[in-house]
Amino acid sequence: MDDFRYIDEVTTLTLDESTCIGCGMCLAVCPHGVFDLQEQKAKIIDRNGCMECGACALNCPVAALSVNPGVGCAAYIIQSWIKGKENASCGDGGCC
Amino acid sequence: MTLPQDKACSCDSGIAKSPDIIFSGQSANDVCCGPSPGPRSSGLEKPGYVLCGFVAEFIETPAGPVPRVKRTLDRSDIRETVMVRMGFNRNQYRVTPGLYCIGTPDHTSPVLVSANYKLSFDALRGALKRNHAWILVLDTRGINVWCAAGKGTFSTAEIVRQVQASRVEKVVSHRTLILPQLSATGVAAHQVRKQCGFKVAWGPIRATDIETYIKRGHKSDTAMRKVTFTLWERFVLVPVEITLHLKYLLWFLMIAFALSGIGPGIFSFLQAWQRGWVALAAGVAGIFAGVVVVPILLPWLPGKPFFIKGTLPGGLTAMGIIFLYRHMVGTLEAGALILFITATSSYLAMNFTGSTPFTSPSGVEKEMRMAIPAQAGAILLAAGLWIGAAFALV
Repeated sequence: MDDFRYIDEVTTLTLDESTCIGCGMCLAVCPHGVFDLQEQKAKIIDRNGCMECGACALNCPVAALSVNPGVGCAAYIIQSWIKGKENASCGDGGCC
Repeated sequence: MTLPQDKACSCDSGIAKSPDIIFSGQSANDVCCGPSPGPRSSGLEKPGYVLCGFVAEFIETPAGPVPRVKRTLDRSDIRETVMVRMGFNRNQYRVTPGLYCIGTPDHTSPVLVSANYKLSFDALRGALKRNHAWILVLDTRGINVWCAAGKGTFSTAEIVRQVQASRVEKVVSHRTLILPQLSATGVAAHQVRKQCGFKVAWGPIRATDIETYIKRGHKSDTAMRKVTFTLWERFVLVPVEITLHLKYLLWFLMIAFALSGIGPGIFSFLQAWQRGWVALAAGVAGIFAGVVVVPILLPWLPGKPFFIKGTLPGGLTAMGIIFLYRHMVGTLEAGALILFITATSSYLAMNFTGSTPFTSPSGVEKEMRMAIPAQAGAILLAAGLWIGAAFALV
């Protein structure tokens, strides 16, 4: 995936290292290798690789991670503008 | 054979006739009704049910009979895959949720969880060449793993519900479910354990890695955990993109035909017909650039935002169209074609973000806020130039 990079400096991902217990669950679920485990703590090593899928935050047992999750899909964004984020879905595009 | 149909029917060709003709009481004919009949209905079939082609047989388990699925895809599975990939029956391509098995699993065999989109299910069973396993199919409403996780149908609650409904705890003595990694967007592992007692093990992203994962003692390596977007993975998305965009082409044609006819004589059908063909070519070119060229050349196109990636294929395709129709396209029309085809390609490229595995919603929203006004402006300007060109001719 290193040959595919999207727009930098936009992700809403944050990690509270003081809360982190170093379980490594975020490393297991992230599809872009955003995290690494260093000295029993998760570290963000590739912030701009994040696609805000939300898997890490959902699976963090101590809620040390937060991200505003969603789908990186134009059809979804248009629906979220019209219907609000809760009711947005990708619909009948080639995507979801 | 002495079945009544054989005695009664009298079709003189090999073509099977409908039942009312078969029972019309005409004279017997031994060569009728095509090839000789196949075997008797298998004991697996039940009135009112359709036996799925991918089920080989049923095995008895403490939780009742469980279908054993085939490891290889039949010709019909492959035919259906091709149809779905082209966009036909895509939203109804489902497997009944519940517990299945592959090979001869016992109480120690792994439980693999999957979505009930048949492409997902087929990918999994096709990848299981040697292992014996249980497959728990969730009701994700016929949606693939990642999209279902995003839409909330591949969820913690659905896993808990299906584990209980299928009585998985009676079939296996261990308490581990192997989930496809991409379902993590919708499933909280610690909640699954709390709510149904099963521990979640995050399996690989791709079904083709599942046997290696099992062999290594339920461990993914870094490569298994990362999504890819290879040329082939992008290419298979193209046919469905084309099918889905054809309906927009019809709308475009009606508008383009109407605009093409406007001129000094208010409206001319002849002029609409002649210029309409160029407009049609422009519509096809814009779609071709945006949904065929952009996906295939994605990593090599300049720019990170997709609306920029779409401009180069759009611009080049527009040049091609202008060259093709150079004998009937003036300067104003050439300008309209470049603006329209480039803007269309740019917009469609932006729409392709949803089919890629690496774009973030924050990024897509950011580029859309920039690009949509520009794209809309370019298309309006193109329409103006197109109409204006008809007046400029006089």
